[in-house]
Amino acid sequence: MNSFVSAATIGAKAEAAADIIRLSNVRRRFGETPALDGISLTVRKGEIFGIIGRSGAGKSTLIRCLNGLERADSGEIHIDGRNISGLAERELQPLRRRISMIFQHFNLLSAKTVEENIALPLKIEGVAKPERLQRAHELLDLVGLANKAKAYPSSLSGGQKQRVGIARALAVRPALLLSDEATSALDPETTRSILALLKDINRMLGLTVVLITHEMEVIRGIADRVAVIDAGRIVEEGQVWSVFGNPQTAITRSLLGSIRPQLPEHIAARLSPEIGKEAILSVDLAGPEAQGALFADLSAALPHSFRLVHGGIDHIQNQPVARFFIAVPARDDSLKDQVAQFLTARSARVEVLGYDTDHA
Amino acid sequence: MTPIMLDLLLRSLWETVLMTAASGIISLVAGLPLGLALVLTARGGIAENRWINSVLGAVINGFRSVPFIILLVALIPLTRLIVGTALGTWAAIVPLAIAATPYYARIAEVSLREVDRGLIDAVRAMGGNRWTIIREVLVPEALPGIVAGFTVTLVTLIGASAMAGAIGAGGLGDLAIRYGYQRFETAVMIAVVIVLIVLVCGIQWFGDRLVQRLDHR
Repeated sequence: MNSFVSAATIGAKAEAAADIIRLSNVRRRFGETPALDGISLTVRKGEIFGIIGRSGAGKSTLIRCLNGLERADSGEIHIDGRNISGLAERELQPLRRRISMIFQHFNLLSAKTVEENIALPLKIEGVAKPERLQRAHELLDLVGLANKAKAYPSSLSGGQKQRVGIARALAVRPALLLSDEATSALDPETTRSILALLKDINRMLGLTVVLITHEMEVIRGIADRVAVIDAGRIVEEGQVWSVFGNPQTAITRSLLGSIRPQLPEHIAARLSPEIGKEAILSVDLAGPEAQGALFADLSAALPHSFRLVHGGIDHIQNQPVARFFIAVPARDDSLKDQVAQFLTARSARVEVLGYDTDHA
Repeated sequence: MTPIMLDLLLRSLWETVLMTAASGIISLVAGLPLGLALVLTARGGIAENRWINSVLGAVINGFRSVPFIILLVALIPLTRLIVGTALGTWAAIVPLAIAATPYYARIAEVSLREVDRGLIDAVRAMGGNRWTIIREVLVPEALPGIVAGFTVTLVTLIGASAMAGAIGAGGLGDLAIRYGYQRFETAVMIAVVIVLIVLVCGIQWFGDRLVQRLDHR
């Protein structure tokens, strides 16, 4: 694997800079609607950086700006220390040979065999045929498709096609891999295997990966840091576990919806702002604090019992991320405030959602 | 059928094959680049150029809207310039090729335009230039359509070559008109029609087989 590692950087100059991508105030509009409305972000060398947003949020335009497939109207795009925003198509071409891309619909050439597809970036570079075929076979071994060299893409499954796409992307030993919704057309099981492959490649080759997706599972599965994009702006950015543990915006919470514990619907439907039998509280806690004996301490500290309604502890990037819903008897309404106070002192975020009127 | 008639039929077949093949090859060689030029210069194409695109489109439409029999006569000076004579089989190849080229250019354009944009993006993202995109993406991916379109063009040319009898080019169509229609020699008419059917079916069959082999989609 040494050959991969040594080639995984653009040049000696690149080693010095820790940031491989730096965007400042990038704007792009299509007609009247802004697709990118002042995007600034940095991606560090060797990390997996996820960009998530709903469809139409501008994420696709953003990732296509990183290799110049799409042009920014204004702002600066620095890739490995070089500002690419003003470059002509011809000047971008040599640069793109160090930035690979994989696609939602794989974009394999149907008229070429698997090995020819993988060898194509090398053909563009001017590598001789025997060498590029040898490299293609090495990469087929890496992605586990050694027996498919002579097959045509149409005979492969979606997951196999994306493996070929990844092999093709790695052929030129890139410094940066852009993933444009690479798992969105795949079933969940295949998605997991492709994500595992991307993560392996990131670890093995030290390859920086920028991926866009609309699926939080993808971010949760492999990203180190995440940026949430909405209406062409980055609304939230940070370590994945901390964004999951403490989402700041409604859009992030909604994107997290499917993979974060939510108050069961039948209970949510009964919630009322008026004092009822029990107060329902949500408790969010992430990082080292979530590992303590939180509930035992809470029980010991308070005179009355509370009830766990729903939730649990998830582990993201080896960090615990806890989200619970608890019910506190409302006979004495100050009780919920005591609970909230106790938990807040342990750096949890507590929210009183309302009162359950119905529970016996 | 007399040996003389048989001889005439074979000679006419050869003339038709010669006219169709020669003008077909010219239309392929000239029409494919024209079709490419249309796709490359179209809006959103990799060499977008509105001006070239509209001029090219207008010229192609102009040639395609002139009825072939008129083109045949109108091109007589050009034919004389190129072939040296305005009569005969070789002289017919000039107007046939000039009529078939814009026809084939449009057919090639359709196949080339249908190549998935994502494939072009993929090769652009690899650092490929326009030439790479043409050579590695557009032409190979559109090849089944390009070949199928060429088959259609050849069959159309067989039909059009019948009119070339007007300038003494001979061919099967001409034989059918002069002997079968004007002289009421039904046997000749039937023989010509059978030969034409076999010829068209043969071309179509061969074209379809080739497309099948080329198509990996």
